[in-house]
Amino acid sequence: MKVGILALQGAVREHRNMLHRLGAQTVDVLNPQDLRGVSGLILPGGESTTVGKLMLRYGLLTPIAEAGRAGLPIFGTCTGLILLAKHINNSSQHTLALMDASVERNAFGRQQASFEADMPIPVLGGKPFHAIFIRAPYIEKVGSGVTVLLRHDEKILFARQGNLLAAAFHPELTDDTRIHEYFLSFIIEN
Amino acid sequence: MSEVKKETGTFAVKTGLAEMLKGGVIMDVVTPEQAKIAEEAGAVAVMALERVPSDIRAQGGVARMSDPEMISGIQQAVTIPVMAKARIGHIVEARVLEALEIDFIDESEVLTPADEAHHILKSAFKVPFVCGARNLGEALRRIGEGAAMIRTKGEAGTGDVVEAVRHIRQVNSDIQRVVGASHMELMAIAKELGAPYELVVQVKELGRLPVVNFAAGGIATPADAALMMVLGCDGVFVGSGIFKSDNPARRAKAIVEAVAHYQDAALIAEVSKGLGEAMRGQSVAQMEDRDKIADRGW
Repeated sequence: MKVGILALQGAVREHRNMLHRLGAQTVDVLNPQDLRGVSGLILPGGESTTVGKLMLRYGLLTPIAEAGRAGLPIFGTCTGLILLAKHINNSSQHTLALMDASVERNAFGRQQASFEADMPIPVLGGKPFHAIFIRAPYIEKVGSGVTVLLRHDEKILFARQGNLLAAAFHPELTDDTRIHEYFLSFIIEN
Repeated sequence: MSEVKKETGTFAVKTGLAEMLKGGVIMDVVTPEQAKIAEEAGAVAVMALERVPSDIRAQGGVARMSDPEMISGIQQAVTIPVMAKARIGHIVEARVLEALEIDFIDESEVLTPADEAHHILKSAFKVPFVCGARNLGEALRRIGEGAAMIRTKGEAGTGDVVEAVRHIRQVNSDIQRVVGASHMELMAIAKELGAPYELVVQVKELGRLPVVNFAAGGIATPADAALMMVLGCDGVFVGSGIFKSDNPARRAKAIVEAVAHYQDAALIAEVSKGLGEAMRGQSVAQMEDRDKIADRGW
């Protein structure tokens, strides 16, 4: 199993380490040809305006959007969640427009509002997940095809739409592999 | 679910923001207009300051924290993180920046130091700090005080990359020495480096610094920026290099692309075409020692 990681900017190394721990191979995606042969794709956290611009400039938006529509499992964290969404409130930012969701950027405020907390996520089973939120977005509302996996204070923080998975927080910054395992199960089913 | 306990200002949350900046370019800006140009070019963050380092160098005088009004104006102009500089050891400037809800404080040798003996105890703040370092000992002392991110100092405002290279080479070679040493030797190395022992042990385990490390000080071209990535930096700060050049918007964009694709020489060649003149700069080798900023702080 070879999983692509969008490597234009952001927390690439942490996702790579997590996947290697789980026995998956990874490839850094910088150009469209790097997508060849990948069975899944991770869109890491970073600065969404930077990553969005670089994806557009290097012709990555269209091929990734097409692959996502064709069923390629894609997991976005934070910036990745923004990139997956069909609608971003108060922004004309370029996205893949795959997930039927409206996203609020920097929704909790500036860095001093960034936080960590144990959040119960039933789909993962077992103990709560230690979620780290960094200048995080959240999903304000979703369409009927989207399953909400974590909601807190009316904010959707973790969601799935078929082959697409989106988290407002950063499982790659923890030692807990459950969310990455959950994503890899999409690839195995696929 | 209202029983969920949220913790803010933790070390994980501070270093987490630094992790998100990796592979990116942080640009010095002195006006909201420049901040917008930087954001449009793809900067991951901007550093709000009153004068870029080359002007501080040219004009002399005491360099202090920027006017809060100017910082607020820049915060309103962009959605990317905004950083600002406090003087080394100036606890109150740092508290003022924290009150302004700045995203990251740079305790910076580019400003005139307020305390020649003590750096700020950064763990006492909710806001993350980045600090300069010339070698592993200096980096670990700052992390010991609570810095969530390090930048090699280079020589700010010169446009000469030689000191930035010297400092990252030194950090890398110090790390190699720690990694190659036996556990029994680490206390002696900690003593020699003047670094907290626990952090030296952590460097041996990780094989790298425990926090993100950017390059700074003298980066003027896309190739300079990519060079720092090749040498193992996680990203770059560009100060005077952009807005003291002929075509800031194009140069900023080119540097962003060169950092993202730092191993792709053909691409760096392409983005480097026709950028106009880089900042004139001054050669560090021809400078007097007293004019060097990197020696401020310890």
